[in-house]
Amino acid sequence: MYDKGKIIGGLAIFLCLASFPVWYMAASGKADYHPDPVLPAGENQCVESAQYMREYHMQLMQQWRDQSVRQGDSIYISSDNRTFDINLTGTCLKCHPSKAEFCDRCHNYTGTAPNCWDCHNVPPVKAPQQGTE
Amino acid sequence: MNIDRRSFLKLTALGLLALAAKPAIDLISKPSAARALNGPAAGKRLAMAIDLKACTAKNGCIDCIAACHRVHNVPDIGNRKEDIKWLWETGYDQAFPDQENKFAAQPLQDRRVLVLCNHCDNPPCVKVCPTQATWKRDDGIVMMDYHRCIGCRYCMAACPYGSRSFNWRDPRPYIKVIDDGYPTRTKGVVEKCNFCEERLVDGLQPACVEACTSGALTFGDLKPGTGLYRLVSSEFNLCRKAELGTLPQVYYLL
Amino acid sequence: MIEKILRGGKRYWLLVSGLLLFMAVGLAAYLQQWNTGLTVTGLSRDISWGLYIANFTFFVGVAASAVMLVIPYYLHNGKEFRRIIILGEFMAVAACLVAITFILVDLGQPARVFNIILYPSPGSIIFWDMVVLTIYLLLNIVLGWVALDAEYKEVPPPAWLKPLAIVSIVWAVSIHTITAFIYAGLAARLFWLTALLAPRFLASAFASGPALLILLALAMKKWGDFDPGDRSLDMVAKIVAYAIIITLFFLLMEVFTVFYSQVPEAMAHFQYLLFGLDGHYGLVPWAWTSILLACSAIVLLVIPSLRKNHGILALACAAVFVSIWIDKGLGLVIPGFVPSPLGEITEYKPTMLEILITAGVWAMGGLILTLLFKVVVSIRQGKQQADWL
Repeated sequence: MYDKGKIIGGLAIFLCLASFPVWYMAASGKADYHPDPVLPAGENQCVESAQYMREYHMQLMQQWRDQSVRQGDSIYISSDNRTFDINLTGTCLKCHPSKAEFCDRCHNYTGTAPNCWDCHNVPPVKAPQQGTE
Repeated sequence: MNIDRRSFLKLTALGLLALAAKPAIDLISKPSAARALNGPAAGKRLAMAIDLKACTAKNGCIDCIAACHRVHNVPDIGNRKEDIKWLWETGYDQAFPDQENKFAAQPLQDRRVLVLCNHCDNPPCVKVCPTQATWKRDDGIVMMDYHRCIGCRYCMAACPYGSRSFNWRDPRPYIKVIDDGYPTRTKGVVEKCNFCEERLVDGLQPACVEACTSGALTFGDLKPGTGLYRLVSSEFNLCRKAELGTLPQVYYLL
Repeated sequence: MIEKILRGGKRYWLLVSGLLLFMAVGLAAYLQQWNTGLTVTGLSRDISWGLYIANFTFFVGVAASAVMLVIPYYLHNGKEFRRIIILGEFMAVAACLVAITFILVDLGQPARVFNIILYPSPGSIIFWDMVVLTIYLLLNIVLGWVALDAEYKEVPPPAWLKPLAIVSIVWAVSIHTITAFIYAGLAARLFWLTALLAPRFLASAFASGPALLILLALAMKKWGDFDPGDRSLDMVAKIVAYAIIITLFFLLMEVFTVFYSQVPEAMAHFQYLLFGLDGHYGLVPWAWTSILLACSAIVLLVIPSLRKNHGILALACAAVFVSIWIDKGLGLVIPGFVPSPLGEITEYKPTMLEILITAGVWAMGGLILTLLFKVVVSIRQGKQQADWL
C-alpha cells in the first residue's frame, strides 16, 4: 500500500473523532443520564397509558389535530372509555402546565423542536408545581 | 463483478429509490379527511344578516370588531400594509363598488358597512387552495387549517371581497392580551373570520353577535322556518358582488 | 460529460465565482426572510403577490420558449437549428428551476411545500402547475442530456428521442397555459379575467425566451469560441420579431376592450398601469418604458439590414427581454391588485432584501446555465481541457 503510515494514521484519527460521543460520554460519567420530566402529582393516568404516550403522543396529537380541525369533532374517547376535549392548551396543559418542566425536558434532550408552541398558547404557570389547577 | 463505476452508481440510485417507494406510497395514499361533521353544527346552513340601519358603527361603535379580535388573538400590527383583520367596517362605496349610483339615498351612503368573510356557498378561495388548507364544511363555514397552509396566498388573490389576511411576521408581540381559548397563529399563514366555529361547538353565538348592543347582527341556520330565514326573505337585502356567482352567505339589510 | 464543468479558463471561473457570490448574498437575505417572515418584502394585505411571483411568471415563459427551436428542428427538419437546439433545451432547464425557486422563495411556510404532493388538490391550478413544471423540467433534462451524450459519443441519438421532443412541444405550451390559468380563472381580479391571457403569455414567452437565447448565443460566440451559425440566429430573430408584434397587438386588444366599453371596474386596473389612478403613478413609467422598448425592438428586428448586424440584434433582443420582463412581471401582477376588491389603492415597491433574493435566484439560474453550456462547449470543442473563455 502506498503511504501506508499516513493512511493508517489518518484512519485512526478519523475513528477517534467519529466515535467521540461514545467514549466521551463513557468517560464523563454522564452516560446514564436520562431526561426527567416533572410528572403531575394527583392525576394518575394521562389520556392514554404513560407507555403509550411516550411512544405515540406525536401520532395521537396529529390524530387530534385532524379530527378536531378538519372533521370538526372535538371529543376524544380514550381506549378506556374516558371522554376528553381535544385541546392542547385546555386539556394537555391542564395537567402538564409547565412546558419547561415537562415537554421541554425530553424535547431538549432528543434535540427535537416541535413548532406547536408557535401558535398554541402556553399559559404562564400560576403556582409552584402542585399538579392541576 | 464486471461493472463500471457509472453503472454501479446508477444501480445504487435506483435501489435507493425503490426502497423509498413503499414509504412514499404509504404517505400519499392516506385517505383524505372526511368533510362530515359530528358536532352541534351538523346539518345546519350557517349564515349571517347585518342590519345596516341598526348598526351604530357610524357613531364610532366597534364592539363587534373588538370582541372578535380579542377572542381570536388577532394582532394589531399597527400599519395598514400588514394589517390583519377578520371583521372591519368600511364605507358603502367600498363594500358595494358595483352599486354605482350617484343618486342613491344619502342615508344609505352614510352607512358604515361591516365586512368579513362571506363564507360563500361557491367559494373561489376553496377552489384554488393547493393543499386544501381551506375548505367548505357541511354546515357552510369556510374553514382554515393553519397547520396545513403553506402561505402561497393564492386564496387571497382569489377572494373577491378582500376578506383574508396574511401573517407577514410573527403576530405574538402584537397581541395585547393572549386569550387561551384560541391559539394564536404564526408567521406565514393566512387567516380570516371563521364564524366562531370553536364557540359554536360550546353552543355560544359568534363573538361579534354576542357583543353587538344594537341588535344589528343576526346569525344562525338559514333553513326555511328559522328566524334568520324569515328576516332575510322578508326584508330587502344585498350581497356583496353577487354577480360573481360566489353565493355569499352574509346578507346586508339596508 | 459533467466533469467538463471542473476545468475552465480564467473568465469561466470569474463568471462562476461572481454568480456564486450573488447566490450567497441572496441566500443570506433569504435567511433573514425565513427568520422574520415575508414582512421584509414590500408586499401588503392588498398586494399579496409581487416581485417573486412576477419573476416566476416571466421565467415559466422563458422555459416554454424552448419549443420555438424544437418545432422547426424536429418537426420541420430545420437543420440550421442543429447547433443551438441544445442551448434552448438547457436554457429551459435553467428557467424551470428559476421559476420553481421563485415560488419556494415566495411561500410563507416553505417547509410545508410537500403538502401540495401529500394532499393533491385537482381543483387548484397551482397544483397542476407544479405537476407540469416538474415533468417539463425532467423532459428537458432528458432531451438535452441524451442528445448531447449522443453527440459526444458521435452516434445517432436513440429513436425515442424524437417522439419525446414532440411531447415536449405540447408540454411547453401547456406549462405556460396553465400558468396563465392561475390568473385567468379568478373572478375576483378583472385585470386577469380574460380569455386572452394565455395567448398573451404564449406570445410574450416566444418573444422573450428566444431573445434571451440569441443574447446567450451571441455571448458564447464572442467569448466562448462557439459559433451558433448566422442563419439559425437570423431565423430565431425573425421568430422574436413575429412574437413581439403579436404581443403588442394583444396588448392593444386588451386596451381597446377596456377603454371602449368603459366598464369602471375593468378600466381601473389599466388606468392605474398606463395613466395612474387617484394620484398613484407607481407603474406608469415602467409601463411606457416597456411599450417603447417593444416598439423600438420591432423596428430593429423587422429591417433585415439592422437585424443581421449582431450588435443591433443584441440591443433589440435585450430590449425585448426587458420589455416583456416588465410587461409580464410587475406589469401583470401589480395592476391585478390595484385597486383592491374594496376599491382602495395601495402601492408596491420591492425592498432591498426582496431585490437581493431575486438577484440570488437569477444568479442560480445563471450558474446552472453556465455549467450546462460549459459542458456543451467543451464537448463541441472536443478537447479534454477546454480553454473556454
